[in-house]
Amino acid sequence: MTVTPFAPTTRPPVIPVREALPWVVLGGLVLLLALYFIGAEQGATSLFPGMYIHEFVHDGRHLLGFPCH
Amino acid sequence: MAGTLLVRGMLVGVVAGLLCFAFLKGVGEPQVDRAIAFETKLDAAKAQAAAQALIAKGLPAPKEEPEPELVSRRVQAGIGLFTAVIVYNIAFGGLFGLAFALAYGRMGAFDPRTTAALLAVLGLVAVYIVPNLKYPANPPSVGDPATIGMRTALYFSMIALSLAAMIAAGMLRLRLLARHGPWNALLIAAGAYLIAVVVVGLMLPPVNEVPPEFPAVVLWRFRMASLGAQVIMWMCFGLLFGVLTERAAAASRSASPALHAKRRAF
Repeated sequence: MTVTPFAPTTRPPVIPVREALPWVVLGGLVLLLALYFIGAEQGATSLFPGMYIHEFVHDGRHLLGFPCH
Repeated sequence: MAGTLLVRGMLVGVVAGLLCFAFLKGVGEPQVDRAIAFETKLDAAKAQAAAQALIAKGLPAPKEEPEPELVSRRVQAGIGLFTAVIVYNIAFGGLFGLAFALAYGRMGAFDPRTTAALLAVLGLVAVYIVPNLKYPANPPSVGDPATIGMRTALYFSMIALSLAAMIAAGMLRLRLLARHGPWNALLIAAGAYLIAVVVVGLMLPPVNEVPPEFPAVVLWRFRMASLGAQVIMWMCFGLLFGVLTERAAAASRSASPALHAKRRAF
């Protein structure tokens, strides 16, 4: 075991919720949108017409566990 | 700091995505191919039976019109699969980083590495394993196109409810800590999660659309491949993200005067 002599118990501080919130909301929305395009676009609902996105990510959609067809 | 964790999560997602793609390419794709071969055979048999029924009535057999292929199988199994898996892993990596930002220091006195490992195990259970016990991953040719809307809504609801139950159980554990001690608080919280997801699972309608003739071995291997990819992804989050965060914390500790290491700690 290594011992850091000057800061034996210093841990990174807890991030205040109000500081994290903008990241969580904005980042969360963008990332969930990305998941939507991989998982459900042109399947259950369509933002864009056609089936190209659905067919392109078809194998991934099945293997990642999303309902398909 | 939450921003740093978000970006780190997404970068770990790139690594996880590459590993997942390699795994799915080798283990998952053969099952997809077998399922599609089964589907083709089934469709051909159906078309032939329909044509023979028409001929028996003295009518001309319908002309076979091959379905136009929008995206070739080669693209679907190559760059298509790669894109889906990478984007999925990066997105979940980012979400993991954000979850870490909120959970760190609030789950107990765990260091960053332990927090990440715990979070990854809980995430795998809540987001994939439990929802998939109710609505398992299905290969091509399983699933009625007419019910896709309902199935997607049910699957996403199951994930959302399972995740909400996990977060609620985690908060319940914290509330019970003082009165019941760590062991019993954990047991009660785990029991509460289990009861919640069992009740939800019993209340949501079942989806059973596997054709009776579908080969059981292909179905099993397909689902194991799907599970394997998830284990790889969450393991990368739990181990790699944790180690990187631990290192960043140690670096900022040794860089700044020990007891004033308040900001920029990740």
